[in-house]
This record gives sequence, C-alpha cells and structure tokens, in this order.
Amino acid sequence: MTRTEFMQGNTACAEGALAAGCRFFGGYPITPSTEIAEHMALRLPKVGGVFIQMEDEIASIAAVIGASWTGAMAMTATSGPGFSLMMENIGYAVMTETPCVIVNVQRGGPSTGQPTLSAQGDMLQCRFGSHGDYSVIALSPASVQEMFDLTVEAFNLAERFRIPVFLMADEIIGHMRERLIIPDHVSSNQRKPYEPGSLPFKAGEDHVPGFPAFGKGYGVHVTGLTHDERGYPCATSPKLHEDLVKRLVGKVEGARGSITSCDILNPDAEVVFVSYGAPSRTVQQVLHDHPDDNIGHLRLKMVWPFAEMVLARFTNAEAFIVPEQNLGQIAREIERHTDKDVVTVPKLGGDLHTPGELYAVVEDLK
Amino acid sequence: MRHEIRFSGFGGQGIILAAVILGRAAVMYDNKYAVQTQVYGPEARGGASMSAVIIDDEPILYPKVATPDIYVIMSQEGFEKYGIAATGEAQMLVDSTLVHSRPSCHYIEIPATREARESLGRDIVANIIMLGALVAAIGIVSRSAIEKAILDSVPKGTEGLNVKAMTRGFELAEEAMSR
Repeated sequence: MTRTEFMQGNTACAEGALAAGCRFFGGYPITPSTEIAEHMALRLPKVGGVFIQMEDEIASIAAVIGASWTGAMAMTATSGPGFSLMMENIGYAVMTETPCVIVNVQRGGPSTGQPTLSAQGDMLQCRFGSHGDYSVIALSPASVQEMFDLTVEAFNLAERFRIPVFLMADEIIGHMRERLIIPDHVSSNQRKPYEPGSLPFKAGEDHVPGFPAFGKGYGVHVTGLTHDERGYPCATSPKLHEDLVKRLVGKVEGARGSITSCDILNPDAEVVFVSYGAPSRTVQQVLHDHPDDNIGHLRLKMVWPFAEMVLARFTNAEAFIVPEQNLGQIAREIERHTDKDVVTVPKLGGDLHTPGELYAVVEDLK
Repeated sequence: MRHEIRFSGFGGQGIILAAVILGRAAVMYDNKYAVQTQVYGPEARGGASMSAVIIDDEPILYPKVATPDIYVIMSQEGFEKYGIAATGEAQMLVDSTLVHSRPSCHYIEIPATREARESLGRDIVANIIMLGALVAAIGIVSRSAIEKAILDSVPKGTEGLNVKAMTRGFELAEEAMSR
C-alpha cells in the first residue's frame, strides 16, 4: 500500500534511502543535513541496518566505502564543510569503483559560512572537487517528493555504475515539509555480481566490472593507486593509467544521453529558464503566473553529467536564463554548450529568488 | 482557496509544531496541498520564532510566504518582528496574554497562555489552543482534520490534554466572535 505523509525533505531523503535498500549510514551531523542522520539512526536498526556516527566527515566517507565493499548499500549526508573534508575519499571511491550515495544539503559557503541558510555553491565541487580526472552523477531535488524519489534513483545509479552518486539538495528543499507519497516498493538496481575466476577490475562492454564483495572469499586487492585488471598497483605505466581513467570517465559520460533526467516545458519558447533545486519552484511559479508569455523551462533533475543535448530541444531559444543560489556555476556549463545568450541570475545569502525577480529578467529580454 | 498563514512567538511555545500540525491536517485529512517552512536559525528557547504554511487546493509552486493573509501571533517580540507589517486585508489571532500591541488589520484576541495555565494547568498547550481558535474563527481546515493531526503529532499520554486545549480554542474563538 502506498502511503501519504506530510514530511520534511531531509526525512523523505532518509526514507528514500531505506526504500532503495540502504542498510549502512556513516556520518557526522551538520546543519542543515542533520535530520537525515537523525532519521537513519532511528530507523536503520529496525530494518537490520547499521548507523555509525563517526568522528568526522573524513572517517564517515571512509566507513561508507568500507561498508559498500561488504556488499551493503551505503550512504552519508553532510553539508559544505563536511563535503570539503570528504573530497579525498570521494576520489578513492571513484578509483576503487565503490557504489555509494553522498547527500549534500547545501548551505552558504565558503568555510563555515551560513550554516542555517540555503545555497547551491557546491555544484562544481561535487563534479571536480577531488583530484584527477573523473566523472560522477549528481541529482538535484526540487520537492520533498524528489528528496525521496531521487535518493532512490541515486542508489540505483551508484549500484549500476559503481560510482559515488551525489544528491545535491539545498536547505530550502531539505527543511520544508509537503506531501510525500511513499510507494509500496521501489525499483532497485543491484550491483552486478563478480564472476569467480574473472579478473576483478576487467570490465565488459558497459565498462563496469562485477563487484567482488568482501567476505566471499575472493581475495581481491582494492587500491587507490592506478591498478591493472587484477587490482594490483601499477602506477608507472602511462598506457595503463590512461586506459583506466578513460574507462572510469567513459562509463558515466558514455551513458549521458540515456540516463539524463529533466523536465522540459514549452520547448518552442524563445526565452528559457534552466534551473535545478529550489529556484525551480520560483520558475514554475513564473510560468504558472504568465501562461501567455510562452516561457520555456528546462528543469535539471540530473545536473551531472551535464546533458548538453537537451538544450537543443529548445529549437527557438534565444536566451537561457539561469537562476542559481550561487554566482553562476551551472550557467558557466551552459555557456560552454550554446551560442545563445546565457543570463545568469545569481542569488546569495540564503533567500530564494522571488517570482517577481525572475519575471523582471524575462521582461528585460523582451 | 489559497491561504498563507504565519505563526510567530518565542522558541519553546511550539510555533513550528503548530504550523506542521496545520499543514498535516490539510494534506493528510482534508486532501489539500500544503507547504510548511520556518525561519531556521541559531535562535534558542526564548528568541523570536516564526513558521509559515501555505494551504491550497492546487499544487503549491513557490514555497515561501511573502504576504500572509492570516497571522497567529503568540509573543510581543513575535508581533514586532513578524506581525506588525500585516496588511489591511489580513486577519490576525493574538495571544492576548502575551501580546500587548494590536495590529491595524482585523484581529481576534485569544487569551491562550492564560487559559492553558489556569484551565488546563500547562502553559505548553497554548499553541494548540491557538490552533483550535484559528480553525474555529477562520476555517482553513476542518475541525476533524485538525483534531486528527494534533493526535498524530503530540506525545503519547498527552492526547486528552491536547484535545481539551483544541476544544477550548474552538470555544474561545466562538466567544470572541460573538462579542
């Protein structure tokens, strides 16, 4: 039986994780993500899972990676300062091909910044924050329902591609309450099993090797060093390194067109908003209030990998307006992929863009 | 019908809980849409607290309340910070035990904290008295919905006390309006 709840976004995220099959949470509480850890602490023991409050965020992501290698679906949740601390081990998860979900309920930065107020300032950090070349997936929810649904999706993608997947939320969506419909069961991807006797880091056509979980007797070597298909360090071969990094990037980038997730409204519009997360709600209000203006809307549910091909769906577009709670992070990515005007509408300080502010940008372009 | 309701008082009165209960009543028991938000900051018990709910028959897009049409104000500081700018068309319920000022808009005085203390023996249910008064005076959600949402939200063992508080809120609003 599906059930209806009136729930906070952060709690909905935790419920989504549980529904997806998450059975390990390692974290360190930080505003404005703390309710996720609180709810997981309450609920995980009741479903046979494990909750550990670690000593900091470096240890938290390390615990998540370890738990994932036992075969568990594992997650952590944090905000800006904790996210920064996780960066090195996020790279380790990429290099070791460890499925995990990392939730960042974004607050104002840099540094300790505005702990209680909303921001989207970590959108490039989640893509590029660890060293080396890599590719990840980042989802951005714009409602309490999507805090649930996209958390489920994050686990499915993490399992499928054996990568860290980010749920890049913001304080506004994390802390508001609205209707949530929890389905009876959700579809779930399990990571592809390892075939005994095969090389543990040898991938097939999908570029994703089977997963040799700890405790099954496989004796697999797991390292952050550049490794061969046996998993053994081999950090001096240029060709081996190039092939490995290209496979790690390619397994995500190659799937861009098929996994991208967005909503498209009024594709024949000349003026088009591109949004993700909380500012999407303001854009939706603007479209609702001005139906005769034929304003377009591209709402990105998956921000990374950025699927530039969807921009071309707006065949008459003359300008893309990009409201963000940062100084124009995804606007920069859009500029890279279009010769149309890109109008960035930055907003810092924690307040959401108002419908009036965004409609004024449309009027300026007329 | 869309309503934007703002609650304000001091930390510890259950200002956020009151908004959550109202939103829950609308979504779970009256089949409406609701979005509940709050001013979220480092304020501790005693500081000004504010929460808001939008309730509508249609899905709610922009989630923030800009100009509330209904106010529930439970402290003088809350009035000064979050109630004083109420526009002429707004309606306000004030806890007349704790709020000394009066707005320029239409208002109803509910002595919620005094009633909670003297009739029910617990200051802490003043917010539930205000919720009952709000529903009796203005509507927004049905009486059965608010009762169910209160029962969902209060600690076990306090259901009777809270239903009494809600019912006292109904009565106080009816008395205030018949004056």
